[in-house]
Amino acid sequence: MDKPDYRHMPDDHGHFGPYGGLFVAETLMEPLEELREAYERYMKDEAFLAELDADLQHYVGRPSPIYHAERLSRENGGAQIYLKREDLNHTGAHKVNNTVGQALLARRMGKTRIIAETGAGQHGVATATVAARLGLECVVYMGEVDVARQEANVYRMRLLGAEVRSVSSGSKTLKDALNEAMRDWVATVDDTFYIIGTVAGPHPYPAMVRDFQAVIGREARQQMRELTGDLPDALVACVGGGSNAIGLFHAFLEDEGVAIYGVEAAGEGLETGRHAAPLCAGRPGVLHGNRTYLMEDEDGQIIETHSISAGLDYPGVGPEHAWLKDIGRAQYVAIDDEEALAAFHTLTRTEGIIPALESSHAVAYALKLAREMDPRQKVLVNLSGRGDKDMHTVAAREGIKL
Amino acid sequence: MSRIERTFARLRAEGRTALVPFITAGDPHPRQTVPLMHALVEAGADLLELGVPFSDPMADGPVIQRASERALAHHVSLHDVLAMVRRFREENDHTPVVVMGYLNPIEVMGYEDFATAAEEAGVDGALTVDMPPEESHDLVQALRSHTLDLIFLAAPTSDRHRLEMIARAASGFIYYVSLKGVTGAANLVVDEVSRKLAEIRQVTDLPLGVGFGIKNAEMAATMSRIADAVVVGSALVSLIEENLNEPDKIRDKVGGLVRAMRVAMDQA
Repeated sequence: MDKPDYRHMPDDHGHFGPYGGLFVAETLMEPLEELREAYERYMKDEAFLAELDADLQHYVGRPSPIYHAERLSRENGGAQIYLKREDLNHTGAHKVNNTVGQALLARRMGKTRIIAETGAGQHGVATATVAARLGLECVVYMGEVDVARQEANVYRMRLLGAEVRSVSSGSKTLKDALNEAMRDWVATVDDTFYIIGTVAGPHPYPAMVRDFQAVIGREARQQMRELTGDLPDALVACVGGGSNAIGLFHAFLEDEGVAIYGVEAAGEGLETGRHAAPLCAGRPGVLHGNRTYLMEDEDGQIIETHSISAGLDYPGVGPEHAWLKDIGRAQYVAIDDEEALAAFHTLTRTEGIIPALESSHAVAYALKLAREMDPRQKVLVNLSGRGDKDMHTVAAREGIKL
Repeated sequence: MSRIERTFARLRAEGRTALVPFITAGDPHPRQTVPLMHALVEAGADLLELGVPFSDPMADGPVIQRASERALAHHVSLHDVLAMVRRFREENDHTPVVVMGYLNPIEVMGYEDFATAAEEAGVDGALTVDMPPEESHDLVQALRSHTLDLIFLAAPTSDRHRLEMIARAASGFIYYVSLKGVTGAANLVVDEVSRKLAEIRQVTDLPLGVGFGIKNAEMAATMSRIADAVVVGSALVSLIEENLNEPDKIRDKVGGLVRAMRVAMDQA
């Protein structure tokens, strides 16, 4: 087989091998074409790219550092663990890399209204943040269940001037928020830009969100060389929709010596069926505008997912991950709630860094992996977000009332 | 000649417009669907659209979403929907039935298996809301080899290039989505619909149906003057929803609205 052409994926119609594509109702086809044209034009426009770079530097705080977690590595044993500190970005996670980019694009396209879906609220906050800064009207759709369990982020979004609309259809979580945002968009496409928060959805979203997040890997590749004189032996990132993971992985895809691991949420355990691991335990289907691995029943109905981490609680996954899995370039593994919580405490106590529960899944797998490796080897973990938002979840789980 | 072709040819000869009601299979209860289909035909329906319930009906408004949820509460699957059509065919061999829904249940069954089972059940066509012509090649091939039509949507946002692509892929009829929005929305502007239908007729000879936003007999009559078929969904499903506590009334209520539309359309 020819070597896959990672740099020129997807094809013109948004396909990553059999995955991706454009599966939406006819009404959205023309608006998506308009978006694709604008995105392709501005990604070659020097003024646009200069504005994006300036925002990433001065507003987001890039480049984010790479930190050698020496004490963690020593106590764990095995390979050296390095953390890409996306948790230090403005708003506390990698999500803002993408919302800054899409909001600038929205402004260039003359759109005055922004909509978004959110699960844990991190993407909603990152969207409300850039909308406030650019003076754009902002509506965030959030499942009723998530509104109840992520009160603080709902309040943050409202402080930022966004309207948070609670979604009571279906399972009342992230996937239903995405459905509702699509329903809004189909009726408001003339003045509205839909900022999708992950590398899923119809073309061009998986490619566009990846390109806005790929700054993570570009920086990391250079930083690892400067810091250690070499590339890491392995990359580890958590995968819900998969935007932080693809953001880290993309610049390394052609580096054959770098092993790549995406970590899904095993929830209560893959064997229980109560998890959020479509790549590890699902099968291909079509949802939310693209063909990818899904959590579905034997009739093709999408089933509810389970994870302690709201940000990983999604029944699909970006189509590029589906493709990377099938061609074997990346391996996908799963970490359950208990393992993620243990890693959350371990990192907090040994390095003074409180990770998001999503990122804790990546840390947990990195600890396992590192133990099997030589102390001269290096594992780079994408620490995609900080854990402040998870205080209530962790405390409640451990029977502590805040 | 297929049932769909025969139906439109007959109506054209009579100078009438097809009335196409939509209900979701299994709503409010799987037991009621086949009797309801017969009631729709008795009330004047020319072609039936039977919704396949889906967990994530992204293009539907709240009324059809809730119908899907009611059907899924009874675990109604694509296999069950085909079984309902098979039972309907035991007493009705002339009214075309189009199954309408989202792609994933068909993906899971497999295109070839679906086409075989649908043909065997007496289905005449399929409309998959989230499959534009660009992605449809394999499904079109599978359906055509079993003499089934794949019905496509056209929208206010479809430009000439897209309309030509839709016309190339489509068979049976083309379903024009008369407004930007989800099913059951408001704000239908007749002149705009009329202009767009004229544009679509430049690229196809297929019959044109109009749906999304047709709520009453008056609107159905207005649309019947410019379209070959009038599709009514949310208005009927609303009647089902309003009478959930008295299921015996559903047939009469739904039949009543279809009959009123039929009368108004035939007088238009």
